[in-house]
Amino acid sequence: MAESENIVVATAEKIFADLADAQTINHDKKGAWKAPLWNALSEAGLPLSWVDEELGGSGANLADGFAVLGAAGRFAIAVPLAETMLAGWLLSQARIASPEGEMTVAPATPKDRITVNADGTLSGRARGVPFAKEAKHIAALASGANGMSIALVKADDVRIEPGLNLANDHNDIVSFDKVRPVAAKPAPKGFDQTTLMLMGGVVRSLQIAGALESMLDISVRYSNERVAFEKKISKFQAVQHNLARLAGESAAALAAATSAADAIASVPSFNDDAVFLEAASAKIRCSEAAEKGGGIAHQVHGAIGFTIEHILHRYSLRALAWRDDFGSESYWAVELGKRVAARGADELWPLVASR
Amino acid sequence: MTAALRFDPIRLPPKCEALRKEVRAFLAEEIAGGTFNPFKPNREDIDVPEFCRKVGERGWIGMTWPKKYGGHERSFLERYVVTEEMRVANAPTRRFFVADRQSGPILLKYAPEHIKMDILPRICRGELCFAIGMSEPNSGSDLFAAKTRATRTDGGYLVNGTKIWTSSAHIADYMIALFRTSPPTKENRRHGLTQFLVKMKQPGIQVNPIGQITGQFEFNEVVFTDYFVPDDHLLGEIDGAWKQATSELAYERSGPERFLETYYVLTELVRAVGDKPDTRSAEGIGRLVAQLHTMRRMSVSVAGMLQAGKEPVVEASIVKDIGTVWEQQLPHRVRDLAAFVEETATNRETLERQLDFAIKTAPKLTIQGGTTEVLRGIIARGLGLR
Ligand SMILES: Cc1cc2nc3c(=O)[nH]c(=O)nc-3n(C[C@H](O)[C@H](O)[C@H](O)COP(=O)(O)OP(=O)(O)OC[C@H]3O[C@@H](n4cnc5c(N)ncnc54)[C@H](O)[C@@H]3O)c2cc1C
Repeated sequence: MAESENIVVATAEKIFADLADAQTINHDKKGAWKAPLWNALSEAGLPLSWVDEELGGSGANLADGFAVLGAAGRFAIAVPLAETMLAGWLLSQARIASPEGEMTVAPATPKDRITVNADGTLSGRARGVPFAKEAKHIAALASGANGMSIALVKADDVRIEPGLNLANDHNDIVSFDKVRPVAAKPAPKGFDQTTLMLMGGVVRSLQIAGALESMLDISVRYSNERVAFEKKISKFQAVQHNLARLAGESAAALAAATSAADAIASVPSFNDDAVFLEAASAKIRCSEAAEKGGGIAHQVHGAIGFTIEHILHRYSLRALAWRDDFGSESYWAVELGKRVAARGADELWPLVASR
Repeated sequence: MTAALRFDPIRLPPKCEALRKEVRAFLAEEIAGGTFNPFKPNREDIDVPEFCRKVGERGWIGMTWPKKYGGHERSFLERYVVTEEMRVANAPTRRFFVADRQSGPILLKYAPEHIKMDILPRICRGELCFAIGMSEPNSGSDLFAAKTRATRTDGGYLVNGTKIWTSSAHIADYMIALFRTSPPTKENRRHGLTQFLVKMKQPGIQVNPIGQITGQFEFNEVVFTDYFVPDDHLLGEIDGAWKQATSELAYERSGPERFLETYYVLTELVRAVGDKPDTRSAEGIGRLVAQLHTMRRMSVSVAGMLQAGKEPVVEASIVKDIGTVWEQQLPHRVRDLAAFVEETATNRETLERQLDFAIKTAPKLTIQGGTTEVLRGIIARGLGLR
């Protein structure tokens, strides 16, 4: 794994290495690993990385938080770290203090809507909300007569229909039935649902890219161990070429995701075609890489990689599942394509070259 | 990590953006003046010496080279901007581009001083065209099978043999070629090849044109019969060309020219679908743009590594592999997406004409400069598999 020079990221990597070893987690069917991992992350202040100190967080900058998420992706961890970070970030936009414990955000898909009623309560339904079942609070983005607001809601106050994603992580339907939030404030000017989806999409892109890095890593290692026809399979040219393609997909995902994260960290405006290009492209390209790259990782592993005992699925299924959160690649492709078309043919290259 | 593949999000500095504006303005002027037509990629007038001289005057050839050789001591990132703007505009750069990208840097490294002083400034002025003499009839991917011999004689070497697929040899002033100076050794089959500077249009060289499926004539066969190369035209170490080859690969393999060769069909597709595309076209365009953006970010990242003095051979091979596969598929994807575009769309005809040419161009993209299979071999080596 990449040894980070950055102290925040190094802390996260150390915790993951100590408490989120894929093999240990895979063997532990009862989930005993979860609490120690979450506690260690919380003690290090990582879930609230993006929350200012006066709002209860640890006040890391956006770039550091993104790097932590890349590391979380490399371990494909299945605790709501990314979700809590996103929730804290969302609440901070309206200067709402973050509570302790696991959080998640709603809506998590572009088409779902939560609305603010005249009496200040919230209504609506959000599908595919990651880890809602494990969250103590939900940070919600809702629209009302006075524009967008950001609200903090107790998980006990909403109705949750449990669901699971491809990797068996919680992915639930959350219904807001005239729920009174703990706190609610107007969203900053220009902050809308697309903003949240783009930010969520970049978070998922970093996680997918990280998972692909690990898939490349374990696939290369496996190919150097497995012997068939009296040779290591890594010596077969067809296998080498498959792994070279996996390296390409992994590299493309990493480049797209880190570029988008860098764009957001340095231009904190989402109402900008260039940032939209970066964020949407990251989600599209990383999702494509999850499909192509994950497919190769499984191919190289043969049947063993298809077993529940092997760790490969911890990365491959999560990378595939993350494609669906905060807008699938098809969704963002349509949105990006519409924007490109609206700008006109001769403005396409200037847009691409502006990054 | 087994393979620490890093593609840091390098950004082009502000002075690159100023330069970009300059290049765009220059190209717009040349197009308006009729020097070349950006909508005719299959144009006959692909070789425009006048254009090359103007680009040279602007200081856009040999940009990163020392001033004393006519260069401009600018950064790789600035050169990057010029290259991509030229490519996207379909500018006729063929005459100077090989020298700018490859031959010049080789001379800088390995040629004697008086040759550098003589040739490099002329390259920078856009006056010289270079060809690459590597491939032979039985030596393409397997370069070390090259047989064309350079035999010692008084004051130099006599060359006999045939190079093939030599792009631009018919208009080239010079070629940098690999010749066999001794047989390979048992321990090292890469041993025995030497790089030479070859002056074209001399006795002993015969250039025979070879047509391509696009209808263009860029390829040539180059036959050497007792062709004399003087001693001072030897580049680098005798029998050691293989050691000299690797560092150049990163320059050759990661630039914007490695994914933008068929780019024009994407622009024309966007024009044809209009400002309110249906869902299918929008999605297709969105994906292609996301893929393009990602490759470009990777390519800029490699340019940043080169600027920092690194030799990102594996990263560059990844960019070329993904980039060329993409530019090869692009015209076919565009064809799919254009299937339902109104017959009366304003530029439907232009798009179709361009698609014809791009589809014919596509097969070569994953062959030139090292095939996909060879690149994947290099990447596999980088991953520790060989
Ligand atoms: C448009 C164009 C311009 C060119 N310009 C020049 C030029 O200016 N100067 C110059 O010197 N050359 C030039 N070339 C030649 C080019 O470098 C060669 O075509 C290329 O290196 C492949 O060699 P080949 O054509 O002999 O194919 P081969 O080497 O015969 O390859 C045929 C097929 O076998 C595969 N193959 C070969 N060896 C292996 C292996 N070890 N493992 C797996 N697969 C393998 C190849 O990948 C390919 O798919 C140009 C080619 C093109 C298409």
